[in-house]
Amino acid sequence: MENRSYLVQEFHPLETGMIYETAKDRKAEGYRLVQICASVVPEGYELLYTYDLDHVLLNYKVTMPVDEEIMSITGVYWSAFVFENELQDLFDVKFKHMELNYGGNFYTTNEPHPWKPETQEVSSETEEEEKTTQEGDA
Amino acid sequence: MSQLRMGKVVLRSLFRKPATLMYPQVPRIWQERTRGHIEINEADCILCGMCQRKCPSDAIIVDRKERTWTIHRMGCIQCKSCVDVCPKKCLFMKQEYTTPDVIKITDIHHIPEQEKPAAKEA
Amino acid sequence: MGKRTVIPFGPQHPVLPEPIHLDLVLEDEIVVEAIPSIGFIHRGLEKLVEKKEFTEMVYIIERICGICSFGHGWGYVSSVEGLMGIQVPDRAEYLRTIWHEMGRIQSHLLWLGLLADAFGFESLFMHMWRLRETVLDLFEKTTGGRIIFSVCKVGGVRRDMDKETLQSLVKALKKMKVELEDLTDVFLEDDSVKNRTVGVGILTKEDAMECCAVGPMAKASGIAHDTRLTGHGKYMELGFQPVIETAGDSYARTVVRIREVYQSIDLIEKAVEMIPDGPIDIPVKGTPPKGEFLMRIEQPRGEAIYYAKGNGTKFLDRMRVRTPTFSNVPALTKMLQGCGFADVPILVLTIDPCISCTER
Repeated sequence: MENRSYLVQEFHPLETGMIYETAKDRKAEGYRLVQICASVVPEGYELLYTYDLDHVLLNYKVTMPVDEEIMSITGVYWSAFVFENELQDLFDVKFKHMELNYGGNFYTTNEPHPWKPETQEVSSETEEEEKTTQEGDA
Repeated sequence: MSQLRMGKVVLRSLFRKPATLMYPQVPRIWQERTRGHIEINEADCILCGMCQRKCPSDAIIVDRKERTWTIHRMGCIQCKSCVDVCPKKCLFMKQEYTTPDVIKITDIHHIPEQEKPAAKEA
Repeated sequence: MGKRTVIPFGPQHPVLPEPIHLDLVLEDEIVVEAIPSIGFIHRGLEKLVEKKEFTEMVYIIERICGICSFGHGWGYVSSVEGLMGIQVPDRAEYLRTIWHEMGRIQSHLLWLGLLADAFGFESLFMHMWRLRETVLDLFEKTTGGRIIFSVCKVGGVRRDMDKETLQSLVKALKKMKVELEDLTDVFLEDDSVKNRTVGVGILTKEDAMECCAVGPMAKASGIAHDTRLTGHGKYMELGFQPVIETAGDSYARTVVRIREVYQSIDLIEKAVEMIPDGPIDIPVKGTPPKGEFLMRIEQPRGEAIYYAKGNGTKFLDRMRVRTPTFSNVPALTKMLQGCGFADVPILVLTIDPCISCTER
């Protein structure tokens, strides 16, 4: 057990074609899937896949354009369906061969893909209104 | 007797006084550090506007022309940022919570004119 | 082959503690499949990071959930401090550890009360919540609020606790511990409780690793994973070891949580003895630089991730909170296959759902 191992941060770049193979390799070594996260960058989306073994984290970064279809890893890690459905609902990331696909109904939102880059102005106004009513009730 | 393990606790609570207060007939005893609502000492305020800039929920409005300091009672989240940042220490955090109401309460305080001891700086 | 019926369960149901929706496929009172769906209280709080400065964002992240609220504040502040490369003074870390363990005690006591209520044992539920009030009064005495504390900030903590307050805190917790021993005895030994929990909802170690379960769900199945061993806070100095059980059923999860309460009281006592004197915060200059940082905190429900991405301005680029219940939902669907219909509310409760954390 190392002390202060939470300060170790490793980020490795990854190609979109290698996502499934990397997931299979990590599964064979006994890693656990921790999260899949997406953020908006000028080139499109940046996905972060995080794996963990014995309290040491391993991160992979995938940069992809907005409308590209990528391979789902639910074939390897079945519990990834929660993360991939969330990305599908909020960011409109398209996945191939997803095992449990809610088809956009995982989160019930007002508009279809609120955090996708083109529709940013409309959704930020809705968020402002939601926030002021929330603070008013506090 | 593993069916009646709870018996001891139940018998003990039969002979104790209840753990709840008959609120609101019996008033609540507030703790010293409870964050309830904000009050201002109007004589010390210099209308600098730092509290308005630091408030995370935009509940404080400082109007220099009208010399008023307004607070939206229902918008305040009792975080104490304004109290910590005020340069004249004229804001205080008191213990009682704002009473619930059917309309949103806004309190307007009028800041009196102060005698300026030295010449105006900028 | 019996007849198959599909029953929708939730989000509003008298016996369900959290707004989760399950579609249960039943065959003559045995659950064959369960399909979860969430999303009823999605507020989109992560998007507000574009509007609020990084020092003010802590008040929003704190309000994601009321039960695990100190953990969220600590996790967010730690991720920004890691991004900016700030080292917090020792006294502040000890104070944060003490408050976090108190938060764990009140969360587990709340859960034990809800479990008793789920099988109809109302007087046990009321007594557990009466003991929880002791911890909430201690929070109000030291931080100013019962549920939302607003005491963490980037660079340290905002309030201090002097020596008499710390001693009175330990004394009050010890007094509560004496009463708690009678009540946890009911959970562990009483026949009516054992009939409803032993052998119900077994999650084997292989299934738990397959579904990537976290927190007491994994610990009750024999996986020794606890984020407190990675060295955040002062847990390594306090000599912490995780609590493990191997049976994997609901009874084992109850035992894990009860033992964690006692362990937290011991950790607080040790921390109060070891706390050093010194400053409680350091001044923070500048804004978060370009970069990213991933921080992990052990919440009462499991491992929570806080991912902060900065871009040089005072608004963060992205803030991502992944809460433990999000990872436990697939384990729930695995566990529900093959159980009886009357056991469904108990099994939903044993994952300790916190849906407002899950959906932010």
